[in-house]
Amino acid sequence: MSQVRVLVGTKKGAFVLTADGKREQWEVSGPFFAGWEVYHMKGSPVNPDRIYVSQTSSWSGQVIQCSDDGGKTWYAPGGGIRQSPQGWPVGESNRFVYDTSQETGKPLTTHQFYDGTQHPWEFKRVWHLEPSLTDAEVVYAGVEDAALFLSKDGAHSWQELPGLRGHGTGPKWQPGAGGMCLHTIVLDPKDPKRIYIAISAAGAFRTDDGGETWKPINRGLKSNFIPDPNAEVGHCVHHIAMSPRRPGVLFMQKHWDVMRSDDAGDNWREVSGNLPTDFGFAIDVHAHEPETIYVAPIKSDSEHFPLDGKLQVWRSRSGGNDWEPLTRGLPQKDCYVNVLRDAMAVDSLDDCGIYFGTTGGQVYLSPNAGDHWMPIVRDLPAVLSVEVQTLA
Amino acid sequence: MTRVLRVEIPHHLRTLAQLSGEIRLEVEEPVTLVRVLDALEARYPVLRGTIRDQETRQRRAFLRFFACQEDWSHHPVDAPLPPEVAEGREPLLIIGAIAGGTGLPGRGASRGSGR
Repeated sequence: MSQVRVLVGTKKGAFVLTADGKREQWEVSGPFFAGWEVYHMKGSPVNPDRIYVSQTSSWSGQVIQCSDDGGKTWYAPGGGIRQSPQGWPVGESNRFVYDTSQETGKPLTTHQFYDGTQHPWEFKRVWHLEPSLTDAEVVYAGVEDAALFLSKDGAHSWQELPGLRGHGTGPKWQPGAGGMCLHTIVLDPKDPKRIYIAISAAGAFRTDDGGETWKPINRGLKSNFIPDPNAEVGHCVHHIAMSPRRPGVLFMQKHWDVMRSDDAGDNWREVSGNLPTDFGFAIDVHAHEPETIYVAPIKSDSEHFPLDGKLQVWRSRSGGNDWEPLTRGLPQKDCYVNVLRDAMAVDSLDDCGIYFGTTGGQVYLSPNAGDHWMPIVRDLPAVLSVEVQTLA
Repeated sequence: MTRVLRVEIPHHLRTLAQLSGEIRLEVEEPVTLVRVLDALEARYPVLRGTIRDQETRQRRAFLRFFACQEDWSHHPVDAPLPPEVAEGREPLLIIGAIAGGTGLPGRGASRGSGR
């Protein structure tokens, strides 16, 4: 029988929730890395028991953790597993160094700061880890200050893909309220050289050559909070989702506005339609129906909680514009939590489970594509990320 | 000449490095902060980047160094540590800045991170 494993990153550690394919009885393990912020954790599609974790702290910086047994045990790559010829363990996994070498031709060192001045790039943390679709040892990391790093040795060592920061618009990027973070990495399953990323507050970018060169893909986005609302960069993209069944079609939750692209991001159009508010962070696509999409509307950019205290997921079965509220099983009064950008995911069982976590510590599941919801857990620390693995 | 000295690190870092209690480190004279940190990171590579930035080697803002009840966080890292620390009679303390909360009972309450 199939199994489902839900990987939950929280403000105070990581949790692993497991159930069989019925998704009725759940086992909760954790907290792992207790006391640390776990921004994101994700399993390899090639080897689901290989899980990568971003463990971070304002006190002690960035640590990458891994599991090779589906989350039962963990290790920090380079933190003592391998030994050098001299006998000392080799430790490099938490070393993220921006590439400013002349050899790459991209010695970019500053970006725009809140006050409009140029500010040095400073590594702060890893927001998102995206394992390769074809090699369990290969994983991408999106970091703050915004850059994309790649590891080809199971997170033992990391190298920046400098073409992104250096493609030309980098000096115009500026931090959003949450920092200048690269928070979204989407890999194209049909074209291994095509990668989409998103940065707050710079926008969306695409490479078609495996990360060597990049271009902004923000045409059609309008952001009234920047001087030129149609600018090439400067947009606060919150998240991008794509159905692996139809890689050219992208859905975006922007700061305000839900957007859609049918040409791999070259052009975007708004599909907010009848949403009660089109501010939000999370967005995802049904595993089997590429036109069925989900968002969790949030009241506004200054009030990060649901409208009227009613927690609702909205679903469109037409790829946007026509939306319906999904409320059964969700609190419909006095609920003032947020759903963060990486905190929604889907499983690939036949009836497609939808999952999301809240800053109130709940992880909700709908085992029937959103028709009805139930909490898996209610009292975790604030949930930062949710990823789901569907296991044979 | 090599000295054996004692180092205490914050709870979260002890957990990360799978340690309990004080660390005893061998350090060549003269015993300085930078030599202690180099020896600590060489022995426990998982701590690289957690006490000081990997690239700039600057102390993380929310961690402090104390020797003989004196804050050494802003002392030159190549200045010799007090003899009591260099000779292992007193530990070098690496502690997390307190930022709210009550911390742990006992010694941790006054010196630990209260997250």
